[in-house]
Amino acid sequence: MFLQQLINGLTLGSVYALIALGYTMVYGILELINFAHGEIYMLGAYLGIILLGFFTAIGLTSYSLYLSLGITLLLTVIFCSSYGFTIEKIAYKPLRNAPRLSPLISAIGVSIFLQNYVMLTQGATDKVFPSLFGGAGFTVMSTRITYLQASIILVSAFMMIMLNAFILKTKTGKAMRAVAQDKVMASLLGINIDTIITITFIIGSGLAAVAGMMVAMYYGLVNYFIGYSAGIKAFTAAVLGGIGSVPGAMLGGILLGLVESLGAGYISSEYKDAYAFIILIIILLVKPEGLLGRSLEEKI
Amino acid sequence: MNALSSIIKNPLLKPAFIALWLAFLLLPFRGVKAASVLFITLTIAIPAFKFLSGHLSSLVKQIHSSVERVRHYLPSDSRFLFLLLLPAAAIPLVAQGYIVDVTILSGIYIILALGLNVVVGFTGLLNLGFVAYYAIGAYSFALLNTKLGMGFWSAMPASVLITVIAGFLFAVPAVRLRGDYLALVTLGFGEIVHITLNNWDSLTKGPNGISGIAPPHILSFGLTSLNSFYYLVMFFVVIAIIVMRRIHASKIGRAWIALREDEIATSAMGINRTMYKLYSVAFGAFWAGLAGCLFASKMRFISPESFTFMESVLILCMVIVGGLGSIAGVIIGAVILVFLPEVLREVQLYRMLALGAGLVVLMIFRPQGLFGGKNVSIGS
Repeated sequence: MFLQQLINGLTLGSVYALIALGYTMVYGILELINFAHGEIYMLGAYLGIILLGFFTAIGLTSYSLYLSLGITLLLTVIFCSSYGFTIEKIAYKPLRNAPRLSPLISAIGVSIFLQNYVMLTQGATDKVFPSLFGGAGFTVMSTRITYLQASIILVSAFMMIMLNAFILKTKTGKAMRAVAQDKVMASLLGINIDTIITITFIIGSGLAAVAGMMVAMYYGLVNYFIGYSAGIKAFTAAVLGGIGSVPGAMLGGILLGLVESLGAGYISSEYKDAYAFIILIIILLVKPEGLLGRSLEEKI
Repeated sequence: MNALSSIIKNPLLKPAFIALWLAFLLLPFRGVKAASVLFITLTIAIPAFKFLSGHLSSLVKQIHSSVERVRHYLPSDSRFLFLLLLPAAAIPLVAQGYIVDVTILSGIYIILALGLNVVVGFTGLLNLGFVAYYAIGAYSFALLNTKLGMGFWSAMPASVLITVIAGFLFAVPAVRLRGDYLALVTLGFGEIVHITLNNWDSLTKGPNGISGIAPPHILSFGLTSLNSFYYLVMFFVVIAIIVMRRIHASKIGRAWIALREDEIATSAMGINRTMYKLYSVAFGAFWAGLAGCLFASKMRFISPESFTFMESVLILCMVIVGGLGSIAGVIIGAVILVFLPEVLREVQLYRMLALGAGLVVLMIFRPQGLFGGKNVSIGS
């Protein structure tokens, strides 16, 4: 029972972690809570269903399931990154120098827009992701792990390792860290801030797209309002780990998934959705810098 | 690569590229046909709009200046507000039940939006969970009324008091937080209240809601008809407006505005910022609680569905659209946002879509709201 909940929590947590990375990277650079990020994840879930349906219709799926899944994932990432890019250009870039809360309200506007955009184009009813693997899996120490769960955890881990390597080892990653530390100084050193911000949004959206498609496969059901609660939970995860810190987002996501899963199993499943909010409030009140974040003095 | 970017940046081709890009984004969701329609429409519309905007800009300026003119004397002249109330008082005499119904609703929203305006507009604390206070007010009223049999005039003050206490207790730890963190914590609070209402079956009957709330009485005269209830709501709206105007000009109101503009300078002037922020939240909660009571006794039935996050956003939109910190602006915003969807029944599907896009456009072009003052800034 305990191990089973642990596996469920780990699956859920790695998805939260993937979304949380987008929040934390954007916050690190722009100090903006990208409220629309959850909707990117929702778009990813929808795109997964739509594109896979398209490939099934043209017969690619029956030719090779894994090939069509791979192409679907790739296209989902491309589309979601394009959405992230466009949102940044339209809704956030003109507000770069506005008071802090203007971009936040703009982001809420984008979030409402995207929810209703999907509702109008795809209908308000649940969309079903075809069950591809059934419940196939393996058993370790009397704990059932489905192949899907295992691949979600593995894919997430792989993405996180790649991202970490990208941020620590590449020149662009170095530039991202520099911009997060001090925008003015970074631009004096010849870093194009706008390009870095664009790249941040593209990467964050791509990660959310992967998370969205995997969740659609895992739960099998998708709705146009899943982005809101997933977004808030992922944001909680980012705050929990220390907003602006990439390893913090990973840790926070996994911890939050475990808390939710164990809480649902041992305390009450009805209040499952409230745990994230309670954690969010407690963390912000007690330790606003999070587990791995550095504490920021308020600038005067 | 250079050749490509020069093609994209070519001013003649740029609209086509923008149209192509947006059509590409629409493609998976709506199919090839809709995407090509969008592409063709935008390719024509963007240059046309650019061409027209030269001519439009003078018109826009004119609208702008007339809005400025209206705004200029709106908040300064209290008689104007009461002039607005005169036709409002006549509505039940001339209009049909449906319009009275919608006007009652907009009256309740005016009280709510005025309450939120104290917190967001005057004090500059963004609250994304204001609906929590509304819900607490409505549910305490409903429970006091149905379980204890208390009448409107005894249950209302009691539930407003409960709301204020709840607002105060929640605000004590929360007001220490900075702008957007505070916004997130209030959002969390709103969600927790919503989830609790949905799941605490023994008290709130969960998603089924509470029904059978008695209508208000004055002496032995029951306000069961729509028209008499209308005047009850109007009575509270007038009181709310008077109190708001008085408090805005008082020492407390001045302190709130000062806190919004510059916290550090304000505390250097000897204003206890924590205390004044607490007053602000509690005062806002007061009006939310009152609005909740009115809502519950009007509907005679409440369920958690009326108190979602979207409701918080809607109230916030009323405050922002009308103009942060401007009492008249907030009233106009509330009336616009209640009446607009009723007028535009056919396009109701697109209402939220337009609301979302409208928020973005408003933030970019007029962040202080339609009737807001120039010097209002939220969250420095």
